[in-house]
Amino acid sequence: MSLFEYTSSKYNLIGKDIKRVDGLEKVTGKAIYAADLYKKNMLYGGNVRIKEYPAKINKVNIDEAIKIPGVVEIITCFDKKAKKHSWADYCYLTDEVKFCGDVVAIVAAESKKTLDKAIKSIKVEYELQEGVYTIEDALKEDAPIIREKGVGLVDGIPSKDKKGNIFRDSYYPIRKGDVEEGFKKCDVIIEREFTVPFIDQAYIEPEACIVYHDPKDGSITGEASAQNPFFTRRYLADASDCNMSEARLIQRTLGGSFGGKEEGVGVQIGRAAMLHKATGRPVKMVNTREESLIDSSKRHAINFKYKIGATKEGKILAIEGTLVANCGAYNNQTQFMNWRASVHSAGVYEIPNVKTDTYGVFTNNVHGGAMRGYSSPQVIFAQEQLMNELARALDMDSVELRRKNIIRQNSRTATNQLITEEVILEEMMDELLKRTDYYNKKKEYEAFNKNSAKIKKGINLVSSFRGAGLGAEGVDANGAFIQATEDGSVIINTGLAENGQGLQTAYAQIAAEPLGITIDKIHFHSVDTHAIADSGMTVASRGTTMGAQSMKLAAEKLAMLFKEHAAEKLNISIDRIACKDNYFYDIDDFPANYRSEKRASFKDICNERLWDGKQMAVYEWFRPALNEYDHHTGQGKAFPTYTYNACIAEVEIDTEIGEIKVKKVTSGLDCGRVINPNMIKGQMFGGIVMGIGYAITEEIELNKGKILNDNFDSYILPTSMDVPEMDLVLFESETKEGTFGAKSIGEPSTEAVAAAIAGSVGHALNKNVNHLPCSLESILKYID
Amino acid sequence: MKLMLNMTINNEKISVEIEPDSRLLDVLRDDLGLLGTKEGCGVGECGACTVIIDGKTANSCVTLAASMEGCDIKTIEYLSKNGKLHPMQKSFIDNSALQCGFCTPGFVLSGVNLLERNPNPTEEEIKEGISGNICRCTGYEQIVKAVEDVRDEKYIKDGACDE
Repeated sequence: MSLFEYTSSKYNLIGKDIKRVDGLEKVTGKAIYAADLYKKNMLYGGNVRIKEYPAKINKVNIDEAIKIPGVVEIITCFDKKAKKHSWADYCYLTDEVKFCGDVVAIVAAESKKTLDKAIKSIKVEYELQEGVYTIEDALKEDAPIIREKGVGLVDGIPSKDKKGNIFRDSYYPIRKGDVEEGFKKCDVIIEREFTVPFIDQAYIEPEACIVYHDPKDGSITGEASAQNPFFTRRYLADASDCNMSEARLIQRTLGGSFGGKEEGVGVQIGRAAMLHKATGRPVKMVNTREESLIDSSKRHAINFKYKIGATKEGKILAIEGTLVANCGAYNNQTQFMNWRASVHSAGVYEIPNVKTDTYGVFTNNVHGGAMRGYSSPQVIFAQEQLMNELARALDMDSVELRRKNIIRQNSRTATNQLITEEVILEEMMDELLKRTDYYNKKKEYEAFNKNSAKIKKGINLVSSFRGAGLGAEGVDANGAFIQATEDGSVIINTGLAENGQGLQTAYAQIAAEPLGITIDKIHFHSVDTHAIADSGMTVASRGTTMGAQSMKLAAEKLAMLFKEHAAEKLNISIDRIACKDNYFYDIDDFPANYRSEKRASFKDICNERLWDGKQMAVYEWFRPALNEYDHHTGQGKAFPTYTYNACIAEVEIDTEIGEIKVKKVTSGLDCGRVINPNMIKGQMFGGIVMGIGYAITEEIELNKGKILNDNFDSYILPTSMDVPEMDLVLFESETKEGTFGAKSIGEPSTEAVAAAIAGSVGHALNKNVNHLPCSLESILKYID
Repeated sequence: MKLMLNMTINNEKISVEIEPDSRLLDVLRDDLGLLGTKEGCGVGECGACTVIIDGKTANSCVTLAASMEGCDIKTIEYLSKNGKLHPMQKSFIDNSALQCGFCTPGFVLSGVNLLERNPNPTEEEIKEGISGNICRCTGYEQIVKAVEDVRDEKYIKDGACDE
């Protein structure tokens, strides 16, 4: 059995409930987030936007605003000082407003109140233009063209030869086998369509930054709520028009991100940098919640069309699909996200014939971007409802259908990748079925539903997998710096960032383990771009599985230097040196009752090395083997390893009012190696509750690109009252990849939850749930 | 026009000059430097700005500062004023009841205030007691457990904290 147990770890610190190293600052309120920064002589910066889009701006009248005492600077989109286009796809300022977040002028003032007054007094004259808002409209032959670079469809495939609204770079095909031949052999073929809306990351900390000139080294310094400090530095240098080496970005304690504090924080710091450049004074910009909702990226809305066929025994032979994502007006993410969506577009199933096309379309909406899963929650929702529907068509239990088709060791995925590693998915499913008493409950609920008109009960198991880290999307390389000080304490530093997920604590464990020191000896220096090299972004749940590889290498190298030192000092051979609890000693005396004369403290060795001029710091770089992948056919090795996931949801529905109560969620995760059980559980609990929001209440409501629910009184997040019984099951499996064998955790914790809830709603109502969220209204529609 | 506002904050009598339309949140943060009180939504929905006013939790983002004359206000900074952690703070760390930490001060105060009003709440009462605070990271489970541990006097028994 591969269930994680506390006693199963052979390590000192890995697999243990180490408490968060950043807990003290956070529980006392002493952690400083970007909005908590105040500088002498600081100005407050803000944005001027219009409320209809798309529009051509004719005039920005600042006559009244500039007269207000305390207004220091106004830069409009027509100003010579304005830098309109950022290095990426987005605009700092624009006279061609394409979506709700576009900004036509920026203002700096002495106080927040003056700033608000100035923004309100600026009059913008504009001409409304014809917009395109939905995926369907964007694909129409006569649709207005939103972006110059948009292309059209030729024979169903995005082609450069035709104008249109498709984002060409976001197109990814998968071509495996021959679907036509496959469908010929099928006994049952079904076709289904699914849609999902935009939703928001809804981190509790709105985006914030401050930009100032640091007289210490002359750098233009930005401190920001940045998920990816190096990515944000690009915007800072770009808008400041300076060398990247002169732009310094310090990441402040981050109040949640989930993929959201990337481009939004980038354009924000760019705007602040422009105001800073114009005034020479520190400029702080803090989004209101409303601004956060209209200006930050959203989890993509996607339309799915699927056709799937199987033999009457339930062996799936072919799947065909079209996945079209709503990119919004600008986009810098869909071209990466759709690759992941395409790789996972046939689910965690071995299907011999696969043909899917995935692409995005430009619309006059807020942009789609990263949100915990990177398009996987949408794909898993559609894919798993499709499986439930296929089971219904085959008159087969949906678990059995999955069991017949899931990927196992030596299976080939949709990208034709041969899975050589251990795959424990069936074991995981069986454990969850047992724990929930699934088959009995299923029977019981079906019997209950027959006799109950008002209340309906449902249960559903879904299975999924997730490529760990970046895979063939990019190079999963990273660097880490570790330095010992003469008192035996150690500073660790990496280009990857703490975003609330617990990266500092995991990295402290990973660094302390090879060194044999206790966690309290480790200090994690959070990202300052002048102090450490770019290690790529803290995304894709890569932080621990891939990002910490260099930290482990650095700690191991430093440990080796120290062990050599200890061996010499203790006059024994190096292979006899062990280390634990800040001491090196003879392995023969390990683990207990070691003799004091045969041990050397970490502290003493550090001190001796300092005065002897011996190396006390190591920087290591990790670059994984590259994945051979053909992006034209979507065939090849997509990821070095996969996290497997099984999830069972149980619901109760009041069909008179459409209300869904999630009674229980049982979530099983293949962690590879568990690094910190309590923190993994935190990810899983949080992932379940976030999945409940996606399943039932969350949706960005749009009217012609305008976001109608722009605060938490109308964008409804789950509270403590919505939490069901949650049963978490942590599994371990063997993999040669990943730091200490760890796999991805953060995104897999949430990505299957909405699918399982939708599936259990489908079971309760005996209907195909084809849309998220399962709102009150949508439930009533299924019943009618 | 400015007003002189007199109130007790974290057991200290304070007089501060404010504008009549200032929010309590802004006075705490901008004028008094009490930065543990956070702004998440500005409309009283998320609870990141929770403070305790005369023994009851309130959202300082929708509280007019001028209405606080003579009030007793406690912020997160109060709990560890003597350099020692409050049991609720220790329990949050021990139970992994925080992640990004932005909502944490609000939750800690709601938990403390709940136990002051009801020393022996059920799990349901705890969930209700913290339902005015939104956390996007933790899924609430470990927060509820943290409050339960304090309810069960785990920290008083082991003497790790004051109170």
